[in-house]
Amino acid sequence: MKILQSWLKEYVDIDIPAEKLVEKLFGSGFEVEETIYLGKDIEKIVVGEVTSIEKYEGTHLYICHVNCGSYGEDNLILTGADNVFKGAKVPAAVVGAKLPNGLEIQPRKMKDMMSYGMLCSGGELGIDDNWIKGADVNGILILPQDAPVGEDIVKYLELDDYVFDISITANRPDCQSVLGIAREVAAFLRKPLKEPDYSYNPTEITKDEISVEVIDKDLCPRYLGHYIYDVKHFESPQWMKRRLSVCGFGAIDAIVDITNYVLLEIGQPMHAYDLDTLDGKSIVVRRAKNGEKIVTLDEKERLLTPENLLICDKEKGVGLAGIMGGLNSEIEPTTSEILLEAAKFRRDNVRKTSRSLGLHTDAAARFEKGVDEYGVEKGMERALNLAEKLGCAKVGKSHFDVTAGENTGSRKFDVTVEKINSVLGIEVPQSEIVSILKALAFEVSENGTTLTVTVPRYREDVENYQDIAEEVIREYGYDKVVPTFLKTAEVTSGGLNYLQAKELSVKKYFCSMGFYEIQTLAMYSSRELDMLLLPEDAPERKCIELLNPITDNLSIMRTNMSPCMINVIADNVKNDRSEGRFFELANIYLPKSLPLTEAPEERKILCLGAFGANESFFTVKAAIESFALTNGLDLRFERGERSYLHPGITADIFCENRKIGVIGKLKYEIIDSLNIAEGKKSDLNIILAEIDYSAVQELYKKEIKYTPDNGFAKIKRDLSLILDKKTLCVEVEDEIKSASGLVSSVSLFDHYENEKLGFGKKSLSFSITFADKADVTDEQADSEMEKIISNLSEKIGAVRR
Amino acid sequence: MKDFSEIKEQVKAKIDEVTDGSSLSDFWQSFLGKAGVIQGLMKEMKNVPPEEKPLFGKAVNDVREWAQELYREKQEEIKQIELKHRYEKEAVDVTLPAFSGSTGNLHPITLIKQQMIDVFAGMGFEIFEGPEIEDDDHNFTRLNVLKDHPSRDMQDTFWLTEDLLLRTHTSPGQIRTMDTHKPPIKVLVPGKVFRSDSDATHSPMFSQMEGLVVDKGITLCDLQGMLDKFVGEIFGSGTKTRLRPSYFPFTEPSVEVDVSCFECGGKGCSLCKGTGWIEVLGGGVVNKKVLENCGIDSEIYSGLAFGIGIERITMLKYGISNMGVLFRNEMDFLEQFKA
Repeated sequence: MKILQSWLKEYVDIDIPAEKLVEKLFGSGFEVEETIYLGKDIEKIVVGEVTSIEKYEGTHLYICHVNCGSYGEDNLILTGADNVFKGAKVPAAVVGAKLPNGLEIQPRKMKDMMSYGMLCSGGELGIDDNWIKGADVNGILILPQDAPVGEDIVKYLELDDYVFDISITANRPDCQSVLGIAREVAAFLRKPLKEPDYSYNPTEITKDEISVEVIDKDLCPRYLGHYIYDVKHFESPQWMKRRLSVCGFGAIDAIVDITNYVLLEIGQPMHAYDLDTLDGKSIVVRRAKNGEKIVTLDEKERLLTPENLLICDKEKGVGLAGIMGGLNSEIEPTTSEILLEAAKFRRDNVRKTSRSLGLHTDAAARFEKGVDEYGVEKGMERALNLAEKLGCAKVGKSHFDVTAGENTGSRKFDVTVEKINSVLGIEVPQSEIVSILKALAFEVSENGTTLTVTVPRYREDVENYQDIAEEVIREYGYDKVVPTFLKTAEVTSGGLNYLQAKELSVKKYFCSMGFYEIQTLAMYSSRELDMLLLPEDAPERKCIELLNPITDNLSIMRTNMSPCMINVIADNVKNDRSEGRFFELANIYLPKSLPLTEAPEERKILCLGAFGANESFFTVKAAIESFALTNGLDLRFERGERSYLHPGITADIFCENRKIGVIGKLKYEIIDSLNIAEGKKSDLNIILAEIDYSAVQELYKKEIKYTPDNGFAKIKRDLSLILDKKTLCVEVEDEIKSASGLVSSVSLFDHYENEKLGFGKKSLSFSITFADKADVTDEQADSEMEKIISNLSEKIGAVRR
Repeated sequence: MKDFSEIKEQVKAKIDEVTDGSSLSDFWQSFLGKAGVIQGLMKEMKNVPPEEKPLFGKAVNDVREWAQELYREKQEEIKQIELKHRYEKEAVDVTLPAFSGSTGNLHPITLIKQQMIDVFAGMGFEIFEGPEIEDDDHNFTRLNVLKDHPSRDMQDTFWLTEDLLLRTHTSPGQIRTMDTHKPPIKVLVPGKVFRSDSDATHSPMFSQMEGLVVDKGITLCDLQGMLDKFVGEIFGSGTKTRLRPSYFPFTEPSVEVDVSCFECGGKGCSLCKGTGWIEVLGGGVVNKKVLENCGIDSEIYSGLAFGIGIERITMLKYGISNMGVLFRNEMDFLEQFKA
C-alpha cells in the first residue's frame, strides 16, 4: 500500500527524517518494502523567468534569456520547444543540473551557439498533469505566473516528499489507509493524532422515495446510504489529484474522486449511484440469482451465481457488492442526484466473488481483508464533508443505516499486568503498559494491577491479553526481550525414535552402496502413468486429483514412484551421464475410495534406480539383499510381472510371506519413449526397484535375543544338480527344505550353464547344513540327502551331477 | 684344564659364515647336533680322570650354552633379514586406486534437516511426522485460521476436496501432537508442505520444520533464547537473532526472526542485501485459542512455536541461489554434498 509522507503529516506531526520513520514503522510491524523520493535525481533545477526569446534563424531553435535568481539572472538557454514565450515561468536546469533520466547539464554547442542550460518538460521531471497542469503538454512545462523566480523546482512542485510502499499483515485491516498508518505513527512518536474533518451540514432536503433494504445481512452486516444532490461536475483540486495519482488512481470528476480519496484516506471503499438510474429509487442488497448478469464499469458482462452479492434496485443489479459498480448506474456528467454508499461486506464473500470473476479492484482488496463499522461511519462522514467542502454536491438529509447489529459497540475487557508480562517474559512496568495502550487509543482504567481496557472500534483484532501483550511489545521494542532458555520447562528426552533412526540409517546405507538420494515432486500427471503402460483398470490409475493444480503436469498425487525415478534418470542421461544410482524414500498416496471421502493412505516407498553399462538386475538385487542382511530381513524373490518391466527380468520381493516390493529392468519400449537423444537410448539399461518401506518398518525385528550354540554336531553336505534351465533357484531351495526336516540352511555356491550339460539345462550347486536337537550322524545325513535327491528328481526332474 | 679355545674359534668362524636358514642348520649339525663337535666332547668324558669329571662336564656345558646362544642370536638375525626381504618383496603401489565403485550421499535438504533435528533433539525435542494430506480442521481452523479470515490467503492451498488438502505448513503437527500428548511437550515436526505457487524462489513442494513447546511459564524470551542456541549451532556461534513483529493466526505475539549475517558478521554484504540481517523463520507465543482448541488449559500452560523453511536454511548454508536446482536431481549437483 502506497502512502505519501506529506499526506501522513496532515494527521500527525512527524519530526523525524524519512529513513528513521521507515525504521520505526518496521519495528512496529509495518515493513516498508520500497521508499521512493519524489525529487530523486533532480538537482539545480529552478523556477526561471524567460526575459527574452527570439528565433535562432536557420534552425528550429529559440534563443532564450532566462532569469534564474541566485542561479544567474541572465542565462542563455536554447530550446526547441514552441510553447515558450516572453515572461513565461519555466523549470530551468542550469549548468551542473541533474535530471531524473540521468542527464547532466553542461554548456553545449547547438548549431553555432553555446547553450548554458535546459528548459524542462513535465516528463523530464517525472511528473504529469495530475501533478501540475501543463506537465503533459508537448513542450516545456509552463508554470503559474506567481512561481517565485530562483526557487528550487523540487520545493516549488512539492517533490520534496516520499512515497512509502508498506506491507500490511492480515490482522491489521485497519491500517489499510493513510489514517490507519497515521494512528500507528502517532502512537510510536507519542504525538497527538489530528483526525480528518468529518463535519458536514446537511440541508433540510429529503428524498422520501429512496428505500434501502438489505436482504442478505450475513453478507452485508452494515449498509449506509446518504442522499446528495445538486451535483456539480468539475475536476478535483490539484492537491487531491496529486494524492490520488501517487496511489495509482486517475482523476475523473470531483465527486467520483472523493470516493477514491476516502478509500485511500480512511480505508473505506465508497460508491456513488446515479439516483436517476435506480428503478424505484431503491437499493436492495441480495444474493444474485443463478444466471443473473451485470455489466460492470469496465464494460464487461459478468455471469453470477447466488454466491455473489449484488447491489440492486427494484429490478436489476446496479453494482457488484464491494468490488465494482454497474455500468448502468455510473456517474455521468449529467448526474444531479446521487446515493452515496458506505458498507461492510463479508470479507470471504468478496474474496470469493473477486477470485471467481477474476476481478481485482482496490475496493475488493480492502473488503477482502476486512473493513470495520467505525470506518463505514467515518468514511461516509468524510465523503460528505469533502463533497460539501469542494462544492461538488449539496448534502441532503436523507440518511439510511441498515445494520445486522453486530459490531457497533466497543470491546472492553480486563487484563492484568502480570498476565501481559507472563506472555512476554520480561517485566514491562505498569506505567509503560498504560502509556503504550493510551498512545494506541485504548481507554485504560487501572485498579491495582488490573487494567480495564476499551479497544478502539477499528481494532477488531484485539480480543485478549495476548493481543494486548503484542501491542505492548510492539511499542516497547522487541530488542527489550531478554533471551532465556526454557527456564521453567521440564526436562524432556528427545531425539529420533527407533524407526526414525532406522530410516536415516537405511538412507545412509543406500548412499554407501552408491545411491544418491533424490527429491522429486509428489504430484505428476496421468502422462506419467501412461508412460508405465499401465492398463486402464490398473490400481495405480485410481489416484487423487488436485482441484486446483497450477499446471496439468502436476495434477494428480502419485501412486507409484517409478515415473519420477525414470524422469530423473532420463534427465541425467541427457546431461551426458553414462551411469548412476539413485534412491528416494517418499510417500505415495492411495485413496481408500474415489471420489475422496476420507484421508487417503500415505505409504512410504523406497524407490531405487540404476542405469549404466555396469548395472544389471543383479547389481541392484545385490544392494537390496545386502540391505536386508544388514537389517535382519529375510527376503524371498519370485518371478514377477509389471506392465513397465522386462517380462523375464522382474521379481516380486517378499518378506515373511508379505509382498513388499518389486525389482526389474525397465522395458525397452519405455526407454524408446523417453525424451532423450536416440544415440543415448540404444544401450541404456535402467533397473528399477520399489520397496514398500511402510511394510518393511513393520517387519524389522522388535528385539534381538541371543541363542547359544546347542553344542550338537552339524553336518554340511554339498549337492550339485543338473536341471531344466527354467527352474528357479528358489524352487530348488524350497524342495530341499521340504524334503528334510533337518535342513537348517541351504545356500547356492555355484551356478553355470554349459552345452555339455545338455540342451536347456543348467547346473546349480548348494551347500546344505543339517542340524538337530542331538548330534547329526553321517548316516542321518546320508539318508536325508537321499530323501532330498529323490524329492528333487520327482518334483522338478533334477539329477545329481 | 682344557679351555676348548680351539673349538670356540671354530664356532665363531662358522657362525660368522651363516647367512640364511640352511647354513644356520648346517651350523647346528656341525656343533650342536648329535653328531656335532660339542656333543663329541662328551664322548671324551670317559678319558677324563674322575676328579676332573665335574669340571670337565661343566666346561663342555658352558661351551654348549655359549654356542646355543650364538645360534639363537643368529637365528633371530636371520629371521629379521628374511622378514625384511619378504616385506620388500611384497611391497605394493599403495597409491593404486582400490574402490572401483562409487558412493552416493544424502540430498542436501536431508543433510540440513538432520542437522537441525540434531540441534533440537539435544534440547529434548521429539520428532513427529504427520500426514501430508490434511483436512481443513487441522491445517486451518484449529490453528485459528478461520474460514472467513484473509490469512487463509497467505498460503495458496492445493485442495483435494472441500475439506481435504495438501498441508500448506507443518503446523497441523502442533494440533496432532497436542491432541495426543499432554504437556510438557517439546516436539519437532519436519516434513513436506505444498503451496500453489512456483517460481525462482518458490516450489509447489518444499520442506518445513515446525517446533512446539508447551509447558508452564513459557514466554517470548524463551523463544528467542532457544532460537539463539539453534542459530548458533547451525550458522556458527556468535550468530544472533533479531525479533520483529509479524502475524500468524496461531501465535500471538508473532515474530519474524532474522539472524545476523554469518557471511559479513552484520556489516552488510550481498547475502544480507546490505542490512546485516537475514530472515530465516517465523514464530511466536502459541495463541491461547490454539491451546484451547486442543483441550489444553491456557490458564496453566503456555507455549512457543516456530516454523523454519528447510530449503531456505539449506540454500543459505550451501550458497545455493536458485531453489529449482534442489529438485532437479542432477548428479553434478547431488554429488557435491558428501559430508
